[in-house]
This record gives sequence, C-alpha cells and structure tokens, in this order.
Amino acid sequence: MKLKQLESVLGDLEQFSNPKVELEQYPTGPHIASRMLYTAENSFGDVSNKVVADFGCGCGTLGAAATLLGADQVIAIDIDSDSLELASENAADLELDIDFVQCDIRNLEWRGHVDTVVMNPPFGTRKKGVDMDFLSMALKVASQAVYSLHKTSTREHVKKAALRDFNASSAEVLCELRYDVPQLYKFHKKKEVDIAVDLWRFVPKRNLGRGI
Amino acid sequence: MRLLTHNMLSSNIKGVANGFPLLIEVEKVIEKQVDFNPDFLKNIFPKIEWQALVQASRSMGYAELPEESPESSMLDSDDFLMKFHHVLLELHLEEGALVCPETGRKFPVNKGIPNMLLHEDEV
Repeated sequence: MKLKQLESVLGDLEQFSNPKVELEQYPTGPHIASRMLYTAENSFGDVSNKVVADFGCGCGTLGAAATLLGADQVIAIDIDSDSLELASENAADLELDIDFVQCDIRNLEWRGHVDTVVMNPPFGTRKKGVDMDFLSMALKVASQAVYSLHKTSTREHVKKAALRDFNASSAEVLCELRYDVPQLYKFHKKKEVDIAVDLWRFVPKRNLGRGI
Repeated sequence: MRLLTHNMLSSNIKGVANGFPLLIEVEKVIEKQVDFNPDFLKNIFPKIEWQALVQASRSMGYAELPEESPESSMLDSDDFLMKFHHVLLELHLEEGALVCPETGRKFPVNKGIPNMLLHEDEV
C-alpha cells in the first residue's frame, strides 16, 4: 500500500467524540500515523509478517495502520472502554482483524512474542511520568523495535531513560513532526496548537521477547 | 479475543505467582475466516505455549489438536497447519470470562474484548 493511500484510509476513521482529558486522549492524525508505520515497514521491516502491539490505542489508528501494512497479528490495548469500542468499530468498518484488550499498560502481564510495539503515549502533561511508564513497558514487551512519539522538548530525557533505565540498546529520533492538537478540551485557549514531537525508534537489548 | 492473544495474557493481580494460562469460561464463541498463511504459523509455532493452547481450544469446543507438543516436523503437514491456523486465528471468544488460575478472579470478556483492569486492592 502506498503512503498516500494509507493516509487516506486512516483519515476516514472515526475519532473520539468525547475525549477524556485525564487520559490525555488526543487522536493520532492520519498524517503522522501513516508516516510512522510506513517508515517502520519500509525502512526497517518491522511490520509485515510481525506481531505488533498498539499501546494506548485510543481509536485504533496505529493498530489499523499496522494491519493495513501487513502485520500478521495486531493487539491493541487501552485502559478506556469507550476508546476500545470505537477502535473495534473502526476495525470492523475496514474489515481488519485486530485483537483488543482492556488493560492499564502499567499493570500489563505479558508472556511475550510481540515483535514490535507502536504507540502514541500520553505525553505525561496531566499525569507526570506516564509517558515513561509506557516506554518502559514497551521495551520489556517488544523483541524487535518500539516506535513512539514524544514531545521534542523531552528529547534528552527520553534518550537517557531509554538507554540507562529501560534496557534499550539504541534510541534514535527518526524525524521531528508537527503535531496538530485541535481544540478538544475547554482549557485549550487557542483554536489549534502545533507542538513539536519526535518520532522515535528504540531497539530493546535482549532480542528474546520473553515477556515480563 | 483470539487464542493467539490468550496465549500471551497472564493474570496481573498483585501477589499472583503463576497467572498463566488463564482459564476460559465460554458463553459465546464465534468463528471468522482468516487467510491461511503457513509462513506466519511456522514462525509463531515455537513461541506458543502448546499446553495452554490445547487447553484453551478445548474450552472453546475444539478438540482436534494433539495433546502433546508436536514435533516441528508436523509443520510440514498441511492438515496440522490448518488446524493450528483455525485454533490460533479463527476462533474468537466473544462473550465469557478469563479466570485467574491461582485466585479464581474472573476477567470478563464482552464483545470480544477481555477486561484486564484491576481493582485498587489488586494492584
């Protein structure tokens, strides 16, 4: 599938109608989601014929993108039942086979064999440190690679934590993207804000994928 | 929820030493056809906990998998691969529960989605 085609399919997915601020629910736009998964597949071969997990899947955009690019199995995990319902409707509309699990990523117990984790985690602006909790768990679960978005302003911190504390053998910013945050919540004063985010690729140290 | 996912999930309650595999209580199983992909099956086979898969498939009403973990030479048999494919990817637990083998705590499965959220005192 071509990048443009992928972006257009993802653009048709239903987004949150009542996003929950405490969970920092911001949709992953089709522009970013398509580039993220397209890069994972075409530059690194981390998607097709792989088992992919989408952490904090929200309305399921990244998981759908992984499935469209030929992942053999996609498991999408979220804490919020409304998100999962929407995500499973989105998957059904596109006739994609995605397995959904309702779980708090921080309490995940996993026996293993996930190759790649993709995620757009909460940035930790409402609940401090939750972005790092996601990253830490992703690097425990993935045997091959983790793709994630983090605010550019946290770049040094992310790199240090990944390499020193979370067992990553490499942590690389693939590109810097502009993340449009639409005016979703009442506390947003401006109509739309553009924040700089990094698309990261992390490689876990032990390539065994034995789970937690 | 498909059995491939079941094969990875474990009870996450605090203090539980061996939360795998989760037992399955079935209310409703559905089947959805998926394209047969032998390469994927061969690749995933060594990573599967066979006993857990057999036990799960029996709870779901499918009894045709061999009890003992098959030799890898079985992967040359199309008949075996088709059964493995069916169990792993085509059977869905649509309604029911996953049960922690140690505590008996039930994790409900609704519309195919297992709810593994913990209560406050289980974290």
